[in-house]
Amino acid sequence: MSLEILAVDDSRTMRDMIRLALLPAGFNVHTADDGVHGIEVLEGIEPDAIITDINMPRMDGFGFIDAVRGQDKHRATPILVLTTEAAPELKARARDAGATGWIVKPFDPTKLIKALQMVAG
Amino acid sequence: MSDSNDPMAEIRASFFIECEELLEALQDGLQALDDGDEDPETINIVFRAVHSIKGGAGAFGLEALVRFAHRFETVLDEVRAGRMSPDSDARKIFFQCADHLSDLVRISRDDGNLPDDETASLLASLNGLLGDAGIEEEDEAAEEEEIDFQPATLSLDLDLGGDEDSDVPDLPPLDSLPVAAPEGFIVRFKPDNDLFETGNEPFHMLRALDELGKCTVTCHLDDLPDLDTLAAETSYLSWTVEIETDVEEAEIAAAFEFVDGLCTLDIKKKNSDEVAPADLPQAAKPAEPISENVKNESEETAPQAVAPQPPGPEEADAAQELDPKPQMAQKTQPSAAKQGAPAAAKSVVRVDLDRIERLVNLVGELVINQAMLSQSLERSGLSPHSDAMNGLEEFQRLTRDIQDSVMMIRAQPVKSLFQRMSRIVREASAAVNKDVRLMTEGESTEVDKTVIERLADPLTHMIRNAVDHGLESSEERIAAGKPEQGRVNLTAAHRSGRVVIEVSDDGGGINRPKVLQIAIDKGLISADATLSDTEIDNLLFLPGFSTASVVSDLSGRGVGMDVVRTSIQALGGRISISSIPGEGTTFSISLPLTLAVLDGMVVQVADETLVLPLNVVIETLTLTNKDVEMVRPGSHVVRVRSGFVPLFDLGKELGYREPVDDHEGSVVLLIAHEDGGRAALIIDSIQDQRQVVIKGLDDSFYRAPGIAAATILGDGQIALILDTSDIITNAISSSGVAVSPANTGQTA
Repeated sequence: MSLEILAVDDSRTMRDMIRLALLPAGFNVHTADDGVHGIEVLEGIEPDAIITDINMPRMDGFGFIDAVRGQDKHRATPILVLTTEAAPELKARARDAGATGWIVKPFDPTKLIKALQMVAG
Repeated sequence: MSDSNDPMAEIRASFFIECEELLEALQDGLQALDDGDEDPETINIVFRAVHSIKGGAGAFGLEALVRFAHRFETVLDEVRAGRMSPDSDARKIFFQCADHLSDLVRISRDDGNLPDDETASLLASLNGLLGDAGIEEEDEAAEEEEIDFQPATLSLDLDLGGDEDSDVPDLPPLDSLPVAAPEGFIVRFKPDNDLFETGNEPFHMLRALDELGKCTVTCHLDDLPDLDTLAAETSYLSWTVEIETDVEEAEIAAAFEFVDGLCTLDIKKKNSDEVAPADLPQAAKPAEPISENVKNESEETAPQAVAPQPPGPEEADAAQELDPKPQMAQKTQPSAAKQGAPAAAKSVVRVDLDRIERLVNLVGELVINQAMLSQSLERSGLSPHSDAMNGLEEFQRLTRDIQDSVMMIRAQPVKSLFQRMSRIVREASAAVNKDVRLMTEGESTEVDKTVIERLADPLTHMIRNAVDHGLESSEERIAAGKPEQGRVNLTAAHRSGRVVIEVSDDGGGINRPKVLQIAIDKGLISADATLSDTEIDNLLFLPGFSTASVVSDLSGRGVGMDVVRTSIQALGGRISISSIPGEGTTFSISLPLTLAVLDGMVVQVADETLVLPLNVVIETLTLTNKDVEMVRPGSHVVRVRSGFVPLFDLGKELGYREPVDDHEGSVVLLIAHEDGGRAALIIDSIQDQRQVVIKGLDDSFYRAPGIAAATILGDGQIALILDTSDIITNAISSSGVAVSPANTGQTA
């Protein structure tokens, strides 16, 4: 089954990397440049899982997760936080905001896929 | 890009392009900070730029870059969190770090040798900013990062005790298992309500376990209340999974990494069941709250419930718990709106440069074709008010617009160039110990990409000169009643179809007596020469001229302003100088917008039509025989005001005809030669001054001396574009005449 993923990251490199990791595995990948853009893109799709960066302009990852969880239909949509920051308090904050899990950059493609499968099937 | 078949290589290349953008944002942000900008978003931008570089660098294993960016980011984070104020010392270090970061990016890109010493010294500076506490924190963070991908540690107090344990013996599969069972684990898992709030799904975890080995899953429905008391969003189920597998316990635990703390989880080695009884009493106790919790819901009993989770996790309460979220969301909204405009303003498409070149060429053809069409229509005697002529006019205008637009595709703002210059100023001023501030203006002025690239070297030299020679020392400035901090202005602007870039300083101006003396001492001019101020200033462009009596660390590189002028001329540009004693010096560079079009002078020689770059033509003269002196047979000079300039017949130099003997009435172009010399070229007539589209001569033509390129004129005729310096150099070497130095090279 091909999963539909929304990846939100302000770095083009990271977006490319995510796409490169997921496309061969049969994922259908949408991308957005920041939280605000992510919310816009979310309007038109129903992703099986969302991957988001934390440090982004306009709306950061925390704000984005909040906004996504605020939408009724996305209360249970799995959200993976993709971050270079491994500090436990950041994980705690992400979880408080409603993140499902996290992946620390730089990520290994197989780990990313595994993590996605762990939250989205 | 580098290798279109390797997606990683492509992403790597695009990462470095992105780095350039991030470095630019970093510079901008730091500059804004330095200018006293206190908008918190500014430091955020700076932080994010470094952070993103680090993130990408990590993906490509660029260790050195990651390490440095990480430390830099840590310090910026302190500033961002308001724990450190970016005072002027800190800002200075930030600038140095940004410069160094861009070095590291470029070195990493080109696989060069890393400047470890510099990295180490800057890391030390950053540590100095952090103080001791910062370093400790930093080390901790580093450790944390390393162990991050290890499985989540399971807290013992979350053991499933009580009724779960009592369940176990009842499980038929367990009982029926042979004692010498294969390696395996028994996993007990009970999700908390919070687990679902984060979007986790027990099913996926069970399935992940299933992939690790043969699983026997038992779902416990004991806690499931009657339908009328069932709360929709409360977790009542728990599972016991027996798994036959060879994998380590850590891998089992990894399946539950994301729900650590959101569930009750117990993983036991299967054959350790014998030991289980010993564990049981311990396990039973902490488990109590959970079972109480669950029972609470099923309204069985247990009044003493002291759950680690908020008791009575009815959904309503849970919803209340979530209340802070909307507030947070509101907080982020306004800033989102504020940032909205600039980010939406630019959307960018990346296009292969070859395609643009092709388009530029095609549009060049179109321009020529259009010109040919209008000429033939004019010849056909159509009335200027006819529909065809009116349509042609419109066509002409459109063609011009298309040409301009296409040229602008290759254009880039000079901003990146200016940012490099601000770094040059920082380094140069530190080297000569002067306090200098660079003011830039017109950063968004767009110029052809190639022009920008080739401007970097001459501009660097001019900026260094301004800091080193242009500005006085602090003491002299104070003595002259000027502010101690010197200023260098760098501006760019479009002016009548060209780009004008100016480098000016508020220093002492050109010391003309000294310049004159040096020129005389070096034998560049005769001792009794009387020169105007402008002529004296222009002596600076003579080869080998250097005003620094003490060769400083900075400018004593054997590169003079003559080299600057040569490179500007190679771009089809002109450079001029103006100076006011005590107030400063301004160098002004005027450049064509693009290298694809040339301002040319169309001339006729021996029935051939030729084009010369207009910017090398200083002036035109009509000769009389008495202006010309013969040095020896076949070698002449022409008197131009106070000096003599070697005279060559262009027709002869190109092999079109025998040299002309009678010079009476000949038209002569006074040409600026490289190294500041001049020479006069005899032509038959001047036809036109116009923009011509440069058509490169194909590689299959061998390189003809004196010919730079070709163009197609409006009437369809092909004309060669001359490389005058090549022609003059050849002519000089065959005639043995020296080129006279130019005193008035800039009057064109």
